[in-house]
Amino acid sequence: MAFIPHTADDIDRMLECIGAKTIDDLFDEIPVALRAGELKLPPAMGEMELGRLLTERATGDGRPVNFIGAGAYEHHIPAPVWAITTRGEFYSAYTPYQAEASQGTLQLIYEYQSMMCALTGMEVSNASLYDGASALAEACLMAVRANRGSISRRILLPRSLNPTYAQVALAIAGNQGIVFESVDFDRSAGRTLLESLQPYTGQDVTALVIQQPNFFGSLEEADELTDWAHQNKILVIAVVNPISLAVLKAPGQWGTRTDSGHGADIVCGEGQPLGVPLASGGPYFGFMTTRMQYVRQMPGRIVGRTVDTEGRPGFSLTLQAREQHIRRSKATSNICTNQGLLVTAATIYMSLMGAAGLQQVAAASLQRTADLVARLSAIAGVKVAFTAARFHEAVLLLDRPVALVLSALARRGILGGLDLSDRYPELGHALLVCATETKLDVDIDAYAAALAEVMQTARAAA
Amino acid sequence: MADLPAREPLIFELGKPGRQAGTQFPPRAAGSAEIPAHLRRAVPPALPEVSELQVVRHFTRLSQMNFSIDTHFYPLGSCTMKYNPKACNSFAMLPEFLGLHPLGPEPQGFMACMYELQEMLQEITGMQAVSLTPMAGAQGEFAGVAMIRAYHRARNDLGRTEIIVPQAAHGTNPATAAMCGCSVKEIPCDANGDVDIEALRAAVGPATAGIMLTNPSTLGVFEHKIAEVASIVHEAGGLLYYDGANLNAILGKVRPGDMGFDVIHMNLHKTFSTPHGGGGPGSGAVGVGARLRPFLPIPIVGRDGGRYRWLTERDLPQSIGRLSGFMGNAGVNLRAYVYMRLLGREGMVRVAEFAALNANYLMKRLQAAGYEAAYPTRRASHEFIITLKRENRLYGVTAMDVAKRLLDYGFHAPTTYFPLLVPECLLIEPTETEAKEDLDRFCEAMIAIRREMEHESEKLAAAPHTMPVRRLDDVRAAKQLDLAWKPAA
Repeated sequence: MAFIPHTADDIDRMLECIGAKTIDDLFDEIPVALRAGELKLPPAMGEMELGRLLTERATGDGRPVNFIGAGAYEHHIPAPVWAITTRGEFYSAYTPYQAEASQGTLQLIYEYQSMMCALTGMEVSNASLYDGASALAEACLMAVRANRGSISRRILLPRSLNPTYAQVALAIAGNQGIVFESVDFDRSAGRTLLESLQPYTGQDVTALVIQQPNFFGSLEEADELTDWAHQNKILVIAVVNPISLAVLKAPGQWGTRTDSGHGADIVCGEGQPLGVPLASGGPYFGFMTTRMQYVRQMPGRIVGRTVDTEGRPGFSLTLQAREQHIRRSKATSNICTNQGLLVTAATIYMSLMGAAGLQQVAAASLQRTADLVARLSAIAGVKVAFTAARFHEAVLLLDRPVALVLSALARRGILGGLDLSDRYPELGHALLVCATETKLDVDIDAYAAALAEVMQTARAAA
Repeated sequence: MADLPAREPLIFELGKPGRQAGTQFPPRAAGSAEIPAHLRRAVPPALPEVSELQVVRHFTRLSQMNFSIDTHFYPLGSCTMKYNPKACNSFAMLPEFLGLHPLGPEPQGFMACMYELQEMLQEITGMQAVSLTPMAGAQGEFAGVAMIRAYHRARNDLGRTEIIVPQAAHGTNPATAAMCGCSVKEIPCDANGDVDIEALRAAVGPATAGIMLTNPSTLGVFEHKIAEVASIVHEAGGLLYYDGANLNAILGKVRPGDMGFDVIHMNLHKTFSTPHGGGGPGSGAVGVGARLRPFLPIPIVGRDGGRYRWLTERDLPQSIGRLSGFMGNAGVNLRAYVYMRLLGREGMVRVAEFAALNANYLMKRLQAAGYEAAYPTRRASHEFIITLKRENRLYGVTAMDVAKRLLDYGFHAPTTYFPLLVPECLLIEPTETEAKEDLDRFCEAMIAIRREMEHESEKLAAAPHTMPVRRLDDVRAAKQLDLAWKPAA
């Protein structure tokens, strides 16, 4: 029997102790009329034959060379990361409620929180949220609690923000009366201009979201946007790529103010680039950091360092009075368990890479994207969409529908990027491409050659 | 007795300026020179500077400071800490699965697994359709209540904003209702642990959006009058939400759809044995009856002809929307799929049978040892509650003391102080994968602890004695907040 250790003798002795004749008697409190018939499920499979089926399915999907980013990024994952993360002591433990028997997980989360504070330039971090998109939704709800001077529940979302993040924020936070208003981007620069915020100057707005780099890979002028928000008593929610923070100004430093009010107020984002595989979109993890003054408004678990009854240092979950199991309907969020195992992977990843390694990953990704964009935009019918400085993604404009080009590339084993024509019809035939440090010259050569061929063929056909 | 490493320095304390795990770095590139100076980072982040071996040793040692299912019996009530089969992880981590970009072409092999998982969950729960996108139980709950709201709104029945929740419910239930913009009405349970039917009748009305129920309830007993509850709520115009936290208890025995529920969330990380990971990732798939089908969160795997494809807002224009950046915790869902195929039809029914056998056996043995069951006339479901209110009165010991002392005996503690209704309680869930010998060893520890209560209760008050730390000062943790390491100035 799969994973059931009981022998016939065990069963007899246990039933005897219970005073029941059969196992079925244990279900005698369920009304007979409700009892389920036989389930229509496939029969059990052994590990060997199931392994064969899954290997066939996995390999059937192939391993194309991937140039898609758009919120999930392919980076090298050092071998120790998952070798340690999948150790049973991490993999099969629960949320560390019994602190004395969970010091390993708790210390790891404390180290993680410390690293996220260092990366983002903020004072406090939680122990993770589900993913980047839902982290933004939670950040919006948190901003409403934190910005006591605002009653409007109005949050500004640039259109240069990942559009799925905007959808998720609406699905999760929209039920609580939060109003999202979108702010347009500049068609030539590919970033949000200060002018487009001017209509809101002097108005009651709760928060402004700034994604850096934005969905197009362009760098926003984070300092001037932050200054404008703070002048108007608007909180700044930063959505950032953690790898980029090795080379980009930390959100905690955004703005030109020199007093304690400088920087973003809440920082969140997708943690996946830190050692988590693409894996069809999950599990990933969301991160969130903030200023100490807002720590009681932050959702999610938080680990603190304290001492035990003998004065030795130790770690435990803290500030639980914010949470659902204590506050019930008045909690900061309904979130409880979230993405502990991914935090484990990310903490190991950040430890291995350190600041120097992350900086090299960021620099190499920038370089590869610059190389890719130079090669692709040299092809007839392909040009670069925006002028703003970039991180590791760029929008290209084609002279024909992107979907056709992408499927031709896919037949050549290349995932050529993300078609933006549904998301941003006003851009025309727009293609979002990404290259990280995992793309070598041969990959970029292969993409450029395939694209040249595809564009040529179509031209000949036309 | 347990034997865990005593102390491990912080990773930051192990480092030295200039030390690196260089093998992991990509070749140097000039890329960042293109970033305008005012957008560039001036001071590098204070991350550890350590060697690869230091990293491996540090985190291996930290892992050894944990209790886990792989190392210890872990009877944490309401959490279903059963064996997490290794095959589930190995197959979900096949390199081709890990390499799939979520926005790439629809991967037919992976989607076949997800489609079949949807179908199997549908069959097990007796629902009409399933979405796998919620990323944890709490998000599944959110999706469920959001669908109930969307349903009433679509019918222009705008006054239905109240969610009824029994007092015994998980804290997530009322928190979820609030997140969905609903108000919460709590109703009491009767002495047998069932919903108080008269209180329910008095609570329902034109403002009722729905009720959130766990069955078996958090009190560890099957809700006798579920059919009556369903008809009262439905007649009042409300819908029934099933919190799947305790689905392990009834797998293959009774289906929430047949009990009259309109929507259910399942914790794949409990019933379907995906790992808890020290606090996630979970997966909170939702199943619905016909009425709520149009409102399911997207994306869902559909099949056209022989091809699988993602169903999106185009297919489900009334959907409550997207709850994650892509399609939820895909890799967790894949682990649940592997688990379900390994068990198959026969194995699935045995889950509930042996979970119930283990729970009822342990309850009887602990009762024989002098412990008081909170609901002695009821069958245990997959879990049961011991109340220590008498021991508390006689010896001054608390549920917390017993929990901590169990750690010394090499057992993870049961859930304590939940449900809140039962004083000094231990909620014990052995799960079906534990052998009789392990249950017996746990009983022996509980018997030994009972002797300690009577003769040396100070030993309990000071427990644990053998862990890396003694009891921690939680008040100090919350008052003198130390939430991050900072480099010496």
